Amino acid sequence: MRLWRCTVFVAALLPFLWWAWQVAAGQAGPEPGQYLLLNFGQCALILLLLTLSLTPLMKLTRWKGFALIRRQLGLWTFSYGVLHLTSYLLFILGLDFSALGADLQRRPYIIVGFAALVMLLALAVTSNRYSMKRLGKRWKFLHRLVYIALALVLLHFFWVVRADMGQWSAYALAGVVLMLLRIPVISRALGRIRPRHGRVASTHRSR
Amino acid sequence: MLIRTRKRHHIGEHQVTPESVYLARRHFMAGVAGLGMAAALPRSVWASSHYDDVEKGRQPDWLASRLDNTHWQAVTAGENDKLTPFNDASHYNNFFEFGTSKDDPYKHAGDMTTEPWTIEIDGEVARPGTLDVDQLLGEQQLEERIYRLRCVEAWSMVIPWLGVPLSEIIKRAEPTSDAKFVRFQTLVRPEEMPGQRSRFALIDWPYQEGLRMDEAMHPLTILSVGMYGRVLPNQNGAPVRLVVPWKYGFKSIKSIVRISLVKEQPPTAWPTINANEYGFYSNVNPDVDHPRWSQARERRLPNSLFSTNMIDTQMFNGYEDEVASLYKGMDLRTYF
Repeated sequence: MRLWRCTVFVAALLPFLWWAWQVAAGQAGPEPGQYLLLNFGQCALILLLLTLSLTPLMKLTRWKGFALIRRQLGLWTFSYGVLHLTSYLLFILGLDFSALGADLQRRPYIIVGFAALVMLLALAVTSNRYSMKRLGKRWKFLHRLVYIALALVLLHFFWVVRADMGQWSAYALAGVVLMLLRIPVISRALGRIRPRHGRVASTHRSR
Repeated sequence: MLIRTRKRHHIGEHQVTPESVYLARRHFMAGVAGLGMAAALPRSVWASSHYDDVEKGRQPDWLASRLDNTHWQAVTAGENDKLTPFNDASHYNNFFEFGTSKDDPYKHAGDMTTEPWTIEIDGEVARPGTLDVDQLLGEQQLEERIYRLRCVEAWSMVIPWLGVPLSEIIKRAEPTSDAKFVRFQTLVRPEEMPGQRSRFALIDWPYQEGLRMDEAMHPLTILSVGMYGRVLPNQNGAPVRLVVPWKYGFKSIKSIVRISLVKEQPPTAWPTINANEYGFYSNVNPDVDHPRWSQARERRLPNSLFSTNMIDTQMFNGYEDEVASLYKGMDLRTYF
């Protein structure tokens, strides 16, 4: 299980290393800041969807490995979100904060994205065992913020699309499916589906 | 402040030979003299020495036969307008027929068949017809035009095009008095264009653009067939594209298969999708913002992580003296 976690860690780190290397090697095109901005943002969205798929996957397969990496993937999502925001501030805004006001006025989707990131921040700082214990029941309630964050991230992305809705639609569909799987009836049904050999084994016992 | 910038700039545009060009020419002349084969070399070598870091690409007959007689640097850009490296100009494109990412066009445009290619000229003309690129260019001398290219997305490049004035092509077709606008259409070939296969594309293919007759006849407006002394890469709109340097880049439609002279202002791609954000004219104008971003400044590419390379955007992309009269009396906020 330790190996599994390490593998996930390395896999999540690789995109960052790859893009950083591409920029360093001059392979990122004539606008490397924009290149990083878009890639970090998209990576954060993919990681968010992956994180949200872990619980349904665990219900479906009963494999505990999925639960073991949930916090880690959540933190990776947040990290790529921070990289995305940092890229905007450094490479697009050029740290010219006098231009920030005008930019936010014209591009409200930046505010929407920022709100999502603030929510992820709240989840990240309360992702430790101490916070879980201290918050008790409220912890679960708080961490449902992730659903709102997903909606905001999809809205943030939707606003930027200009010529083709294909990619956005794919992510939105994945998001909708993951939300549907959380409806109690569906979620319970998911828990009843077991891998075939499991079911065969239990039938044997009942005889 | 804008006026001061423009004036200083304008002197540069007509009188100053960039140092790099001067040096490149000297270098070439020295090389030729050294080899003792000056007489044997065609003029086109001038271009290949000037653009020696440029990927050669294929060379169709219609281009090869015209390079020797090309008017190099017929129009140059300002002294601060350094040429964008070929590699950047050919690897960072908007050509939505091939996808929405900047690198999609160079990844996918190689699949587009550009030979054979025909351009249909029709509508309000006395001599309609279907021409190949050779016939389209006809006797017209190729000219190199170094233009600033300002994208509506607030980035810009400086590109040496090879082409001919559109006015000459239109004149040859003998437009009737009913011809008030020119409509252009891009190739539709989904089997070679992944963006056209997408079911989620917002553009209603074919990509369509248009100019008012006086804009089309303006001497700065060209049909381009090459850049950097070579044929156009497919992703840059091979084999024939429009270049209108005082308008946002999307007006300069790529891979043209049809040019029609028409009575009414034609519907064009971007205003059709979103009339609030894009207008028919789409003249570069630092005072009229895109609803989602400012157009007052632009990122001159390539830039780096350490500098966005922001410069002030100029009225009509710096071609105000040449084109402002076309829009006299028009409210450019209404007709953006």
